[in-house]
Amino acid sequence: MSDFPTKANVVVIGAGIVGSCLVGHLSRLGWEDIVLIDKGPLPNPGGSTGHASNFIFPVDHNKEMALLGVQSANQYRDLDRSVDSGGIEVARTQERMDELNRRMTSATAWGVEAELLTPAQVKELVPFINEEIILGGFHCPTVSVVDSLDTGTLFRNEAMEKGVLQVFANTEVEDVETVDAPNGQKKVSAVVTDRGRIEANYVVVACGVWSNRVANMAGATIPLVPAVHQMADVGPMDVLAETNTEIAYPIVRDMDTFCYERQAAGSMEVGSYGHRAILHHPDDIPSNEEAALTPTEMPFTQDDFDPQMETAIELMDMLGDAEIKYAINGLLSLTPDAMPCLGETVEVNNLWSAAAVWVKEGPGMAQVVAEWMTYGYPRVIDPHASDLARFYPEERGDDHIWARADEHFIKTYGIVHPQEQWEGRRNLVQSPYFSRQEELGAMFFQARVWERAQWYDSNADLVERYGLSEREVEWDNRWWSPIINGEHLNMRENAGLFDLSAFQVFELSGPGALDFAEYLAVNKVCKGVGTSAYTPWLNADGGFHSDLTMMQTGEDVVRIVTGAFDGGRDEHWIKKHLPEDESVTFKNLTMSTTTLGLWGPNAEAILSQLTDADLSFAGNPYGSVTNVEIAGVACTLFRVSYVGDTGWEIYTGWDNGPALWDAIMDAGKDHGLRPTGMGVYAVTGRIEKGYRLMGAELESEYNPIEAGLARPKVKAADFIGKEAYLAAREAGDPESHCVTLVVDDNVDSQGRQRWMQGGNEPILNADGERLVDSHGRVSRVTTAGYGPSVGKNLLLGYVPAEYAAPGTKMQVMYMNELFPCTVVGTGSAFDPENTRLKGE
Amino acid sequence: MRILALVKRVPAPGARINITEDEQHVDDKNLGHAISPHEECGVEAAVQLIEQYGGDATVMSMGADVSEEQLRAAVSVGISKMVLVPTNGSPKDPQATASALVAAIRELEEQDGVFDLIIFGNESADQGGFQVGIRVAHELGRAMVNGIKGLEIPDGQDGSGDGHIVARREVDAGFEVYELPLPACVGVKEGINLPRYPTMKGRLASKKAELVSLAVEADADAHANGRQAQTRLKSPPETATETVILGDGVDAAPAVVDLLEELGVL
Repeated sequence: MSDFPTKANVVVIGAGIVGSCLVGHLSRLGWEDIVLIDKGPLPNPGGSTGHASNFIFPVDHNKEMALLGVQSANQYRDLDRSVDSGGIEVARTQERMDELNRRMTSATAWGVEAELLTPAQVKELVPFINEEIILGGFHCPTVSVVDSLDTGTLFRNEAMEKGVLQVFANTEVEDVETVDAPNGQKKVSAVVTDRGRIEANYVVVACGVWSNRVANMAGATIPLVPAVHQMADVGPMDVLAETNTEIAYPIVRDMDTFCYERQAAGSMEVGSYGHRAILHHPDDIPSNEEAALTPTEMPFTQDDFDPQMETAIELMDMLGDAEIKYAINGLLSLTPDAMPCLGETVEVNNLWSAAAVWVKEGPGMAQVVAEWMTYGYPRVIDPHASDLARFYPEERGDDHIWARADEHFIKTYGIVHPQEQWEGRRNLVQSPYFSRQEELGAMFFQARVWERAQWYDSNADLVERYGLSEREVEWDNRWWSPIINGEHLNMRENAGLFDLSAFQVFELSGPGALDFAEYLAVNKVCKGVGTSAYTPWLNADGGFHSDLTMMQTGEDVVRIVTGAFDGGRDEHWIKKHLPEDESVTFKNLTMSTTTLGLWGPNAEAILSQLTDADLSFAGNPYGSVTNVEIAGVACTLFRVSYVGDTGWEIYTGWDNGPALWDAIMDAGKDHGLRPTGMGVYAVTGRIEKGYRLMGAELESEYNPIEAGLARPKVKAADFIGKEAYLAAREAGDPESHCVTLVVDDNVDSQGRQRWMQGGNEPILNADGERLVDSHGRVSRVTTAGYGPSVGKNLLLGYVPAEYAAPGTKMQVMYMNELFPCTVVGTGSAFDPENTRLKGE
Repeated sequence: MRILALVKRVPAPGARINITEDEQHVDDKNLGHAISPHEECGVEAAVQLIEQYGGDATVMSMGADVSEEQLRAAVSVGISKMVLVPTNGSPKDPQATASALVAAIRELEEQDGVFDLIIFGNESADQGGFQVGIRVAHELGRAMVNGIKGLEIPDGQDGSGDGHIVARREVDAGFEVYELPLPACVGVKEGINLPRYPTMKGRLASKKAELVSLAVEADADAHANGRQAQTRLKSPPETATETVILGDGVDAAPAVVDLLEELGVL
């Protein structure tokens, strides 16, 4: 073994599946001078990789998890460290059968071969199953079992053979050092180990369950908690031993009992996600020496597993007589929102995280991080939901991490609704109107940490006024109310007042602020004080990084307003790109600024009672930003709309908010004004207009031309992604277009009206064919919602150019059934000429 | 035949054992717990004898309430009854332990008859005193042999009544063979058998078994000063081991040969 180095370009901490694949991928992308260290021995350093059950079910409702799962499975296959065992998710309840139909829909979306089986068909594949207690199964022949430890070794070897990697096992990290960087930031500088100190330009934390502890050494956070997944190996059993192979029978996931049964040679591994959440602090995990097995194979707590054994025996009687040879409380990583932690830490520059990644996504997510470090943003997929920067400070403490992990562990095999809300850790941030909204019977949805009113029960009378009704099927009705449609129609008829306090409001100031603002944005931002731009921000490859509004509010001041789901990511992006000469000062004004939205044909009549300012469309044109006094309160009026009716975003100081709300509500009394929730703002109003949303329609895999957001001309100033953007424009008509579709008939085979949820439902052509463009991008629903003013179920999604023409007949799959739909076009389904934005 | 197997809850072996700061206890925060390995073989021996000759086997432990876990583990592999002699913490003085166990055994025997065989482990995995079994046997006036690696019932007998049992003890040259008149006591050693793992059904059945708690008046004299007491615990110095990699593939062959010569095996 070579001498311990004192310097390296990159130090990767953690040689489990993630760290090992990461060094391999970095070497493929041309990185050199990499050092990989781990406190444990190789090839099994004692983290979660060593005790993983090592199987991959490629179907997931979430795009990142599904596609990176498939991508990872293929990487294991490429190395010949994978066997396709097949796998079956069995249902014991009708609710689960419905979920299996939803799985079929997602399988179609991601192009994964799958079929639904009768109990008898399940029995044919798994002869030792008790088919009498199941209603059916979801069979996926490409479920695979992989050798994660050996795969890690192969990736490390690949990098070592290139001469770009040194590996040091049994080397414990004692500290991660930082130095000051421009703009008051910190940058990682060295890793101190029990074998010496290594100076490094980049450090990657791939420490699995220990990741937060190691990040904390540098003053950074990776919000995850070690959690127990119980597993017992029982056997031997003749029917398994006779196969003379590691795995011959499909893996069975007993979804309703949260258990799986996976053959391991002559034995069966019975794993459970059905016990209480058992969480540990990383400091309480034993060292390699203190552990009887490995540190993450903690002593089995039998009582927690007993109920699982009873249900496992119900499903496979032979398990009852087999001996429990090995049983562990295996540790794995859980995060507050059940998604991984990838990307640069927000606290320390060049300190990266590749954590909360399981074996099933390891190689793919390692590739994501390697590409991110190389190109500034990943190419294989948009890791929007895995981006470590998504977490707000309230989400980074142990109280939050533990509470959320405690709540979602039991949902690992659960049936999770796309709109499902958290029960615990609510009311972390409330707007200034919260008490008023509570009095109005607001149904609050949480946008990361922000409570937002989705609808108001006080508007229940609108349901009758507009002749609305509940949805027929409970699943479609869950987390939804016809009041949303009532609020929508009232806004179109009168006006609605929206609480937009969850907007993330940033300010750039200083001599470099205007230039820097232009550098971030595709569209021209600074056209004088009082001007604004709705603009994409691109990554270097020309895909969307953000989509937001910017306003020039002073000679050298620019305000940036983005959504609650993207505040963390956008703030990190800004800080990462701040000029090193410190000519720009960044401020986060979110907690000192509150925003109200007032829209509808009566908006001008309402507001004009409270101000002398010229509110006419001529005097206060679309996009203008003006400082006015409203009801004696200093406000900034921004004439813009995300719901398709005329009106304003009104910004004022946080403490002024309640008085402003009261004044506007009072002025609106005779104009039909109603408090109106995010159900209208984010879905019905938006989808009728076909307005795109970051993280839904807008992802790094698409560019502004495809999204229909390209302007006729490109500004002269340089901006991030300009070169790629110009190339895409020059390439001519894009291959895919973002379009609105209208569902022609919502009735399913049982005669019930069904309503898509916007959960990646595949959009197929009239012949029922799945549509994938040459970049591998599949046509799927990115947003679904009812358009109350058009009286139809609307969908947004990308389709190949030949299907984008208005009137093209298509089909959408929902719950494994096909529904006919028609392309509206790339514009709006409602008021395509935008006459209402002008109050006409 | 009626058999009693005695077990002790000990920290699961296999990892570095840390001592608490007050030097009085094993720090078990990272450790699971198990039946002392010799006693686990004792439980297996009891189950095998009952399977072959009929009768019933009881498992008994003296310790804190958490020892229930080890009693149920024994039931899960085929023991039919379990008895806990409750104490505060882990008993330290072997004579006090033996006296309490004798009192408990006498009470059990008064209720249901004499145990034909009482099986101890050779020594406990934590304290390793080699004391309790012989003291119990002495007080009960029964024959006792420790270090047993084989148990047999002579042909034509069923291990009860006034029969005897044959016990084999491994020595350097072979085996010592003892004939013990019943009722008798033995201390068994790992290697006498390969203890079975519990089955899932066995484990679930053990959950339903009744735990008999038998508080006994221990001999007051047994607690008097002058008996064995624990002053403090100390970890032995860690033996440093070094792994020397001799080479990779065929290139390593000369170094391997050199080493074998150095060890004198060539």
